[in-house]
Amino acid sequence: MDTNNTFNGSSDYVASQELMRAANIAIALEKPLLIKGEPGTGKTMLAQAISKALGKKLIIWNIKSTTKAQDGLYVYDVVQRLYDSQFGGEGVDDIKKYVKLGKLGEAFSSDEQVILLIDEIDKADIEFPNDLLWELDKMEFYIPETKETVSAKKRPIVIITSNAEKELPDAFLRRCIFHYIQFPDKELMEKIVRVHFENLEQKLLDEVMDTFYWIRGLDINKKPSTSEVIDWIQALEIGGVPAEKIKEEIPFAGVLLKKNEDIDSMEKSRRRFKF
Amino acid sequence: MFSDFFYLLRSRGLDVSLNEWLTLMEALEKGLADSSLTGFYYLSRAVLVKSETEFDKFDGAFLEYFKDVQNFEELPKELLDWLNNPKENPDNYDAAQDKKNLGLSMEEIQKMLLERLKEQDSEHNGGKYWVGTGGMSVFGNNGNASNGIRVGGVSQKRRAMQGAGERQFKDFRDDNVLGTRQFQMAFRKLRQFSTKIDALKTELDIDSSIDETCENAGNLKIVYQKPRKNSVKVLLLMDSGGSMDYYMHLCSMLFNAVAKSSHFKDLKVYYFHNCIYSMLYTDPTLYPGKWVETDWVLKNIGSDYKVIIVGDASMDPSELYGRSYYNYGARTDVPGIEYLKKFKGRYKHIVWLNPMVETGVWRTSYWMETYNIIKSEFDMYPLTVEALDKAIKKLMVAK
Repeated sequence: MDTNNTFNGSSDYVASQELMRAANIAIALEKPLLIKGEPGTGKTMLAQAISKALGKKLIIWNIKSTTKAQDGLYVYDVVQRLYDSQFGGEGVDDIKKYVKLGKLGEAFSSDEQVILLIDEIDKADIEFPNDLLWELDKMEFYIPETKETVSAKKRPIVIITSNAEKELPDAFLRRCIFHYIQFPDKELMEKIVRVHFENLEQKLLDEVMDTFYWIRGLDINKKPSTSEVIDWIQALEIGGVPAEKIKEEIPFAGVLLKKNEDIDSMEKSRRRFKF
Repeated sequence: MFSDFFYLLRSRGLDVSLNEWLTLMEALEKGLADSSLTGFYYLSRAVLVKSETEFDKFDGAFLEYFKDVQNFEELPKELLDWLNNPKENPDNYDAAQDKKNLGLSMEEIQKMLLERLKEQDSEHNGGKYWVGTGGMSVFGNNGNASNGIRVGGVSQKRRAMQGAGERQFKDFRDDNVLGTRQFQMAFRKLRQFSTKIDALKTELDIDSSIDETCENAGNLKIVYQKPRKNSVKVLLLMDSGGSMDYYMHLCSMLFNAVAKSSHFKDLKVYYFHNCIYSMLYTDPTLYPGKWVETDWVLKNIGSDYKVIIVGDASMDPSELYGRSYYNYGARTDVPGIEYLKKFKGRYKHIVWLNPMVETGVWRTSYWMETYNIIKSEFDMYPLTVEALDKAIKKLMVAK
């Protein structure tokens, strides 16, 4: 295996062994890495961490419900060209001037290997992943307007994230390396928190962890995740809450729970357990 | 060399394709399995399995295939405890010993372990022979040998058998998810484009642009228009509980497909039991209180909604015609059939999907009576992918 291209986590991102394994497999096999997992488990952060660890540029393609596959390849600005032609502007003959590469095109035409993050692919239309099969397989596409083929100079490392809002098509899945990020257990979570708060008191951390996993175990609609616990600790630190009060009062619960019903049901169970 | 494993995975219901298998072979050639069973486990899972709901199936098949490696007798508790607390991890990697170890087959290692367990009566750490921690022997925890059986301990250099053996993805196993895509594809056809909706004019209107430019003596004048958007709104009414429990699997698949179809302009979902009465529930658990009045729905949800009712239409005739009927905390004085007729009268586009399979048994039962009555009132379709297509076509044209 090429040791220069091996990912071993980074100083501000704690990855499980399995995740690192999957990332390295995908890099070695030159296949897209599909990452699934609960919101807030650091799917997007992974690409940033890999980019930092390997010292490669990161190109992010954020997918929205209106995104089409074509947008990632290139956009041909006809209107601008029409306007320019009215005034006989220079370079109107040159179609290339009006063809602008999208994120995928940008990644392909880069001279150095880059990391391409296709973020939240499941937000797009159900057909979206299928429209990208050829491009991700062959790492090239054709622009009819300029009769040019854009092909990758260096195959980018492709990372795709999904929140599982939609089923992805089989043909697409078969081309990916898959990893599911499990919700971190206490041990790993402590490591993650330590990366963000170096000087946190152990006592405070213990109380936070106990309360946090207790809340996650409740029957609530939206379970708090890693990013929320980090915000919460920040709030507790700024508010100067003593460690003993955390379990008792659960201050700033609104940082952890975003729905009124959830806060209510937490309050109810808290009274029941007399925390 | 592993092709048996490939067929075993397929026979256990994992849809592994030849392409993925070849990718795995390529990966093995590149040495991505780290020459260890653990490595092989994670590698093959990442390459062959594409959903966390299938991880459990994979773990099951993996254990079955490599089971001979697994069955060693239960270990004494003291031994496990001690192995779980490694005392040291010396830098004692011994290439010659590792090479020797790699030459051993899993069966041999297992046999050796059993023999060694009989001989061993004390703790050993950092050695090459005994079961211990941090050592170069093929057994024990936290050791530096490339292969072997992990005895006790957690994570880090976790050996594959234990990993798969924990079957920690059992909870994710959810066969319901399979097939939603087919339903979803059917719902895609449920769209109607409209340019009348309030939206910003963001799309180039080519025809008008040409016209306007001509009018403008050839000076370019660009005209924009509103984009085409799906204007279909859906009201989904689902029967829940009782006889519907048999079809829970199918119905949740349908529900998932509808809920995940993001192209509807609006989607409203309500639940009922057996037949629609004075209250519609907002939750499939049908808790009294979590409801809205049916008349409110009829008044407030516009007649342009396309209505899909899902139910088996099988009930006691009195539940359909009875005047005073007590149903999940709500009293009703109007027979259910009247409510059904109200829905039919208000909504132009309405279909009934029935998950029940028509069989000889049902035909003779008195439940068949209500089935036939409702079928004569509504366009009823069985809940299959094919029939769903038809039902959706029906929804797109006025009755």
